[in-house]
Amino acid sequence: MTSASLLVIIPAFNEEAAIGAVVREIRDTVPGVPVLVVDDCSTDATIFMAGRAGARVLPLPYHLGLGGAVQAGYRLAFELGYNYVIRIDGDGQHDPRYIPKIYEALRSSNCEMVIGSRFMDGDFEPSSFLRGMGIRFFRLVLRPILGKPVRDPTSGYVGVNRSALQVFSKSFPLEYPEIETLVVLQRRAFRFIEIPCEMRPRMGGRSSITPVRSLYYIFHVLMGVFVNVLKYEHRRRRK
Amino acid sequence: MDGLLNFLTGLSVVLILMVLVSVRRSHIRAEYSLSWLAAAVTLLILSRSHPLLDWLARFLGFASPPMALLLLVGCLFLLVLFRLSVIISALRDANIALAQRLAILEYYVGSAHAEDKT
Repeated sequence: MTSASLLVIIPAFNEEAAIGAVVREIRDTVPGVPVLVVDDCSTDATIFMAGRAGARVLPLPYHLGLGGAVQAGYRLAFELGYNYVIRIDGDGQHDPRYIPKIYEALRSSNCEMVIGSRFMDGDFEPSSFLRGMGIRFFRLVLRPILGKPVRDPTSGYVGVNRSALQVFSKSFPLEYPEIETLVVLQRRAFRFIEIPCEMRPRMGGRSSITPVRSLYYIFHVLMGVFVNVLKYEHRRRRK
Repeated sequence: MDGLLNFLTGLSVVLILMVLVSVRRSHIRAEYSLSWLAAAVTLLILSRSHPLLDWLARFLGFASPPMALLLLVGCLFLLVLFRLSVIISALRDANIALAQRLAILEYYVGSAHAEDKT
């Protein structure tokens, strides 16, 4: 694993409690691989903690949301010439021990995206009833669009190669990007695979997903999925 | 129904004045004021011109001309709001791209400074 080929990015917003430990854990797991924390205008000491732990920091001038932060990281990675980028959450839920597995899967599978999936082994124990319903619902919606099943469409533990980076650096969903990203890739005939990953409880901070936001999430993502399908149809007709 | 027409006339006059004052004070750019002015002037003309309003009501199949005007006003303002949503969306995309570009340029500058120090 060379530092020139892989970059690990961590979008972070007010993650001072966990970000330092996450960065150190990544650096211990994959020594020599640069870690970039994209700070989405945190109001706490996220930037300081990330920098002290040895990460490079890309501080955004104002709060762009998860998609905007991830895309900023993808843009920088693409400009710096990285071939692979693995995105990992800043709250400690994603175990960095799976980074080498995702990286190897990216290199060996020729897929444009590799998803670290929580539900590959048949286990399906989402953190809440509503979240479980949402995941089941989007599995059903995505199945005919993607032409293959996806077990964990909401996982943010993903690796992408340079082809996907090129696409995402120009166009990326702003809010709740995980599911829409799959449709964007599929519409460009890109491929993805899932590999099993275990998730852990948050090390600190709190989730931004509340029951009301869960409903907004479902509506918003559903709209995004259909918009991306329509975009593709429009382009195909123009050809 | 004359009361409703008078109210719509008053509304259109107030809207025209608000837009003109806002343009004068640079609170709204001239190109974005055009949609509102066009909608307000249309409302003013129709609310004061009974023959035109009667023709419009017959054309739309309404028995009541003021109700036809109300429907038209609603549609006009919906179009204006839709146009503004399109403009806001484009501005938001441009704004996000600018913010990301600024952050990336600052990152490059910071990296160059760090290299100079070492």
